[in-house]
Amino acid sequence: MRCFLIILLTSFLMSCSSSDDTIEYQAIPKDLEIPQLFSNLLLPPTIPSDNPQTIEGVTLGRKLFYEPLLSGDGTQACANCHLSENSFTDSDRFSTGITGAIGTRNAMPLYNMAWNFEENFLWDGGAKSLEEQVSDPIENVIEMNNTWPNVVATLQSTSIYPELFTQAFGSSTITKELVTKAIAQFERTIISGNSRFDQYLLGDQNTVTVSEIRGFNIFMDEERGDCFHCHGSNSNPIWTDNIFHNNGLDSSFADLGLGGITGDPLDNGKFKSPSLRNLAFTAPYMHDGRFETLDEVINHYSEGLVYSETIDPLMKNIAEGGAQLTEVDKADLKAFLLSLSDPGFTINPDFQNPN
Amino acid sequence: MKKHILIIVIIIGLVSCSSDDGNQPIPDILISVTNSQNWDSENVTASDLGTTEFTDENGEILIIERLRYLISKVILTNSYGDEIEIGNYKLVDLTDNNTLNYATNIVVPPGTYTGISFVYGFNEEDNMDQVYLDLNTASWNWPEMLGGGYHFMQLDGTFTSPTNQSPLPFNYHNGTARISEGVFEQNFIRVNVDGLSIDSNTNIDIKMNLAEWFKNPKTWDLNVLNTGLMGNYDAQREMNENGQSVFSVYLGD
Ligand code: HEC
Ligand code: HEC
Repeated sequence: MRCFLIILLTSFLMSCSSSDDTIEYQAIPKDLEIPQLFSNLLLPPTIPSDNPQTIEGVTLGRKLFYEPLLSGDGTQACANCHLSENSFTDSDRFSTGITGAIGTRNAMPLYNMAWNFEENFLWDGGAKSLEEQVSDPIENVIEMNNTWPNVVATLQSTSIYPELFTQAFGSSTITKELVTKAIAQFERTIISGNSRFDQYLLGDQNTVTVSEIRGFNIFMDEERGDCFHCHGSNSNPIWTDNIFHNNGLDSSFADLGLGGITGDPLDNGKFKSPSLRNLAFTAPYMHDGRFETLDEVINHYSEGLVYSETIDPLMKNIAEGGAQLTEVDKADLKAFLLSLSDPGFTINPDFQNPN
Repeated sequence: MKKHILIIVIIIGLVSCSSDDGNQPIPDILISVTNSQNWDSENVTASDLGTTEFTDENGEILIIERLRYLISKVILTNSYGDEIEIGNYKLVDLTDNNTLNYATNIVVPPGTYTGISFVYGFNEEDNMDQVYLDLNTASWNWPEMLGGGYHFMQLDGTFTSPTNQSPLPFNYHNGTARISEGVFEQNFIRVNVDGLSIDSNTNIDIKMNLAEWFKNPKTWDLNVLNTGLMGNYDAQREMNENGQSVFSVYLGD
């Protein structure tokens, strides 16, 4: 299987280089650093063929991610709502945009997005690629409140950016497309795969506690947690299926979620399952940040489930509110969830503000 | 061994194409596969998910939300007893057309074959924990504590019954059966269909009649067996027994 892929890739590369007669500028290709556990278990990450990862592209993307000039009044960067210390989300329930307006959804943590194979981004799947997603905050009036012509003109008039675009893409003419490509390249490098539980799965028995292992068993036990049908497992260490579900939060929906995008009432109340990595840094939880603590989240699945027509059939025992976990089970489950957090990720120098 | 046979078949195919000695060579047949689903006489498609009501043998009314299942080792046997593997494994997802209809790269000589067989799920040899990267990526694994390997089927939905009008969930999930801690029993089904003739553009349609999962020989009572069935040995074995009559194979164009 891997051989096959390599062959495919090689033939792809060959066909690329042989078809160019003119000498075109080439930035230096840079593969993603794939954690051992991911390459052992998972398909290779998705990288669009028209936006290969390069050293210069990632460098530029990182600078843009931290660049307040992308916002309408030059005050807000992506990183204002996506902070490295919070696993690239923020600690607010709803984030505040440049005009002081407050959003209606909890900012999402950003990592391992190249393993979102169906490429459905945002809580409701409203963006179909990382490149496409960049326009969402930039044009959103309650976020960065800017326009593309203005973004492009602003960057073009600086002394540094035209040169950086030349290095990354061989052209000093800045375009919306190139801005989104660079940012997406940087976002794909934001990889988190070195939690204590990862180390345990790679064979180091000493990194986790007995309670954490018990918690993992609850997570995997259909008659207790049964979390693994939606949130990954030791075999799918992305810790999400990246699919949309209604996990029983409400009986009617203020936010239609996926249904608002597809227009299909059967999709109402469905949101993308979040990854469970780095929960230690990403509170509050759920699409609307309604839960401040993991205890509240676990209580939701244990006794707080609410029926609605689109509730996922994996949500069981709804009349009693859910899984009815014991206090010991809850504590173990929480301990396990926290063992998926990776403090080193939040201070990785490759992801910090370069400006 | 089987791979060798395959390669030989392909080589023969190529040779027979290029040889031009006056006799018109009979073109080899490119095999395609369909995985279709029905509820007795009604076809079941993605548009039925979440909407269409089906009545099971025991009288409950079901709505299906999700259907995924695994078919592996699809093998044609010719009259010399040679086995031609048509497909290694396929995770069928009712919402993914690429898994419902697909062309293989297998060409076979036309003629009469003694049979076709396939495995529902994985046989013991193939059902190894964590080895298939695409299936791991699809979160298709069966928990290690239940024997590991992979799910064979995930059929999720809701049901109502004469005694209970508010919909309750069911998770008809099938895989390795756990007898007791650390002791497991294989639970796959090998399906054999005898005698078939392949002439032109042959499509192999592997049909799953969902109603049979609830019917025969055990009349399934969803009021009793609805969720939490993965670790229930008796339920797992009964799924296997009912599964014996679920599949049929049709050849067409
Ligand atoms: C004002 C706060 C704010 C700013 C500024 C902001 N974001 Fe976000 N981000 C959010 C919120 C809130 C969501 C979830 C929105 C939704 O689902 O509708 C989100 C979601 C995302 C996602 C989806 C992640 C996933 O896994 O689906 C990506 C990617 C992202 N943001 C990247 C960016 C980039 C790149 C920028 C800068 C161009 C940016 N964000 C600026 C608040 C912000
Ligand atoms: C049917 C699929 C499904 C199952 C099963 C499931 N979840 Fe979730 N989970 C979701 C979805 C969908 C969300 C986001 C819902 C929303 O915000 O509206 C979510 C959100 C969460 C969050 C919040 C994460 C964040 O970043 O906001 C945590 C923590 C969580 N689930 C843990 C669990 C645990 C623990 C279990 C098992 C007891 C579990 N889940 C079972 C689908 C599921």
